[in-house]
Amino acid sequence: MNASKLTYLMAIAVALTFVAGGCKKKPVGVTNLPGYANKNVPDPNAAENSGRLKPVEDPNASPIDRPLNPDFGGNLEEKFNLDRATLQADTVHFDYDSVAIRGNEKPHVEAVASYMKSAPANVAVLVEGHCDERGTEEYNRALGERRALAIREALIASGVDSQKIATRSYGKDRKLDLGPSEAAHARNRRGEFVVLTPK
Amino acid sequence: MKLKPSFIVFAALLVALMASAADKIVVTGVTDGLSEPPVPVSISGFSGEADEVIRFDLTVQGFTNVPPDAAQYLLSGSANGNLTGRAQDKFNKSSLVNKSYTGASLRRQAHAFVDDFLAAIGRKGIGGTKIAFKKDNGQTGEIYISDFDGGGAQAITTDNAIVAAPEWVPHKLALFYTSYKRGNPDIYLHDLSTGERKAVAPYPGSNMSPAPSPDGRKVAMILSKSGSVDLYVADADGSDLKRLTTSKDDESSPCWSPDGKWICFAGKVSERRSLCKVSASGGAIQRISTSGISNPSEPDWSPDRKWIVFTSQMGGFDICVVPAAGGTATVLVSGEDPSWGPNSRTVVYARRSQNGRRVLSLLDVPTKQTKDISRISGSNSQPSWAK
Repeated sequence: MNASKLTYLMAIAVALTFVAGGCKKKPVGVTNLPGYANKNVPDPNAAENSGRLKPVEDPNASPIDRPLNPDFGGNLEEKFNLDRATLQADTVHFDYDSVAIRGNEKPHVEAVASYMKSAPANVAVLVEGHCDERGTEEYNRALGERRALAIREALIASGVDSQKIATRSYGKDRKLDLGPSEAAHARNRRGEFVVLTPK
Repeated sequence: MKLKPSFIVFAALLVALMASAADKIVVTGVTDGLSEPPVPVSISGFSGEADEVIRFDLTVQGFTNVPPDAAQYLLSGSANGNLTGRAQDKFNKSSLVNKSYTGASLRRQAHAFVDDFLAAIGRKGIGGTKIAFKKDNGQTGEIYISDFDGGGAQAITTDNAIVAAPEWVPHKLALFYTSYKRGNPDIYLHDLSTGERKAVAPYPGSNMSPAPSPDGRKVAMILSKSGSVDLYVADADGSDLKRLTTSKDDESSPCWSPDGKWICFAGKVSERRSLCKVSASGGAIQRISTSGISNPSEPDWSPDRKWIVFTSQMGGFDICVVPAAGGTATVLVSGEDPSWGPNSRTVVYARRSQNGRRVLSLLDVPTKQTKDISRISGSNSQPSWAK
């Protein structure tokens, strides 16, 4: 074929590539939680998706499962020393009824990730999720756990081993501020980090 | 062009039809098929605790005390030591109850008298039923059980830890609940007849909101062991665990349909918090609409299968009810955490008092009459009515 026809075909091919690329846009209105695939096809090249293996034996596993380390069941306090002081300044705060990690909170996640990546291999971290007063008890217990898990996903996306991150929800049972103001509620909506070292 | 009158009439009707279709929000104010006026009774002759208990029981089961000439039933008797009670249908003069009670306490005799009256008019009483609840002791709590009116309240845990969400196993002296005794929230099955309990969900993450099936053989739970918060179901001892949801959206507070086929829970559909249901053997999640009411949670399905009562959060917390198939939901009273009684009309729930303390209360859904369970002191929540 002649050069102009080839150019023409290439132009169409390029145009089609742009169009095909455009179809992979995120749906409007869906908040992409860090480390979570969007609701359509997960992008296999995205950083947060690498290293994710579907356990073949579990027929119930979704393709984006990152199970919690079974060693973190039950009596963490018996197996580990709990240190609340070291990462206290990196407590992450959340918006009302939300588990999204705000832009201004990401440095805290990065600081914890850095700490974990340079800590001895047997050190783990417990993420404790908390809520404000304005939800029913069991809804808030689930919401607190989802906050802890969202932080866990962000840590994994920053390179922390998924098996070194434990989660626990306190719902609205451990509020820092019992006041009725918006500022008080905002203080309570948080994820706290507890360093775990084996006893 | 001159318009024919018939055309004008037709056009007007069409506009009216479209206008009414456009605003087709049916505001009933009362829940169709569920609202009833209270049944008028006259109560006389009793005294002290017996009188109190009889009035309490009748109020929370949809009766109201009126002078004899306005009453449909006449209840009378005395309570000197033991209770004697008579109930009569005022219109046909028939004697419904005529009995002397002995044994147990005066309070229990009074409950038995009201139950006998209800049985005589074809209804099922709740006088002998029990509730479980969480008592708040500040930073920690304990699980308690008591009679439905708060009598005989006793702690069944001494965990000195955060505890939550007790649920009776139907027809058994056993409870599921969550306790943080070991640090993590674990789900326990506690046999009250032996005093033994077993952690049936001791997994990493948070193990929450146990709900036993109507036949007591299974338990639904919210677990996070897979790295997301999801609905699971297992045998009552925790074995044979099956996962029913896999999305990253929140699921919380499951409950079962009385036929054991469905698990209803608070979930999210299209970014909106909704009541949902899924087959107990797994499958697609379906939405249960609660038109007019947003942010539903903590559902409980009535034993007669017809209604789902739940908490909504629109500003404060409100107890609401919706037909079990979904539809228009109705606000009943300010409060949270409702649990149906075995009579499918009285609901136990928690309401906030002025000083922030939470008080357990009873609501008769058809008449909206309420009574606080004042025998229980302190701050208490998350009641579960044994069914």
